[in-house]
Amino acid sequence: MSFINLKDKIVQVKIVYYGPGRCGKTTNLEYINRTYRKQIVSEMVSLKTHGDRTLFFDFLPFDMGQIKGYDVKIQLYTVPGQVKYNATRKLVLRGVDGIVFVADAMEKQREKNIRSLNQLHENLQSYKESIFRIPLVMQYNKVDLKEHGIPILPTEVLEKDLNSKLKVPYFEASAITGYNVAATLKKIISSSVISIQKKLL
Amino acid sequence: MNYGIVSQEQLEQIDLLLSEKLIKLGVDCVIIIDMAGNIITAKDNGESKYDVYSFAALAAGNFATVDAMAKLVGEQEFSLLFHKGQESNIHFSKIDDELLLISMFGRDISLGFLRLNVVDVIEKIRKIWEKR
Repeated sequence: MSFINLKDKIVQVKIVYYGPGRCGKTTNLEYINRTYRKQIVSEMVSLKTHGDRTLFFDFLPFDMGQIKGYDVKIQLYTVPGQVKYNATRKLVLRGVDGIVFVADAMEKQREKNIRSLNQLHENLQSYKESIFRIPLVMQYNKVDLKEHGIPILPTEVLEKDLNSKLKVPYFEASAITGYNVAATLKKIISSSVISIQKKLL
Repeated sequence: MNYGIVSQEQLEQIDLLLSEKLIKLGVDCVIIIDMAGNIITAKDNGESKYDVYSFAALAAGNFATVDAMAKLVGEQEFSLLFHKGQESNIHFSKIDDELLLISMFGRDISLGFLRLNVVDVIEKIRKIWEKR
């Protein structure tokens, strides 16, 4: 549920990066924070454990300029990826407008991706939202590991595992080097804004 | 999915209420947010420089956590939350299932006096909000 302020002409759009533990959600936000520093007025907020794992969420507000006279404020969130934090993940999903599902392309993470996506489906249902309706973009992260000889899943396999029914836009990416991080972000922003426009018309 | 849209008139009424009833009292900053962490409106005394967007995200998370804890101990909700510091304090109060009123204030106001006024403001905001 994005909030639209008719008085100050501001639209707030909530985008959540979702995915299994250590897949690179926070790394996505950190890259965006570094690269678009000029558009970001406040500091990135990270609630994490001493071991640098996300405990609650990361938060990065971001001004996108104007659409039809309205200031669009994008609010980027991540969820904690660790299995035990599902209650917290659910809380972060409240009122979400668009989701980036960050999948870990490493071969050994195959099952974790699928499990995490299934849980996203369930969590959205608890808010009477549907994974088939909400703006969603897939990001197959860590493709750079291939160069280091670490076995990664071919995109076709990830597509079959995660996106065969959803059929949403997808990107191969490397959050650590920034490859396709911006492309993913642009895609989810445009899908979310279009979806909000459609619902309002 | 319901979209949170309030009219300009309603927002102006709410803003006026916050200024008259809380800022004039000596509250540094008042924010109304929804449970998703969006800001509905924010008013301050002109001196405080809080990053209200980050604040809203954290406050919504904080309140949601406390709400979940309430359910774990068999309570329907904890509708009020208060954090006390050396120089500044934060008071959270639920307006309805979707909205939260947050007041930040210093040492000049007593908690009791603030609470009395917050209750009054919330009553009035509910009435304005119902007209959506």
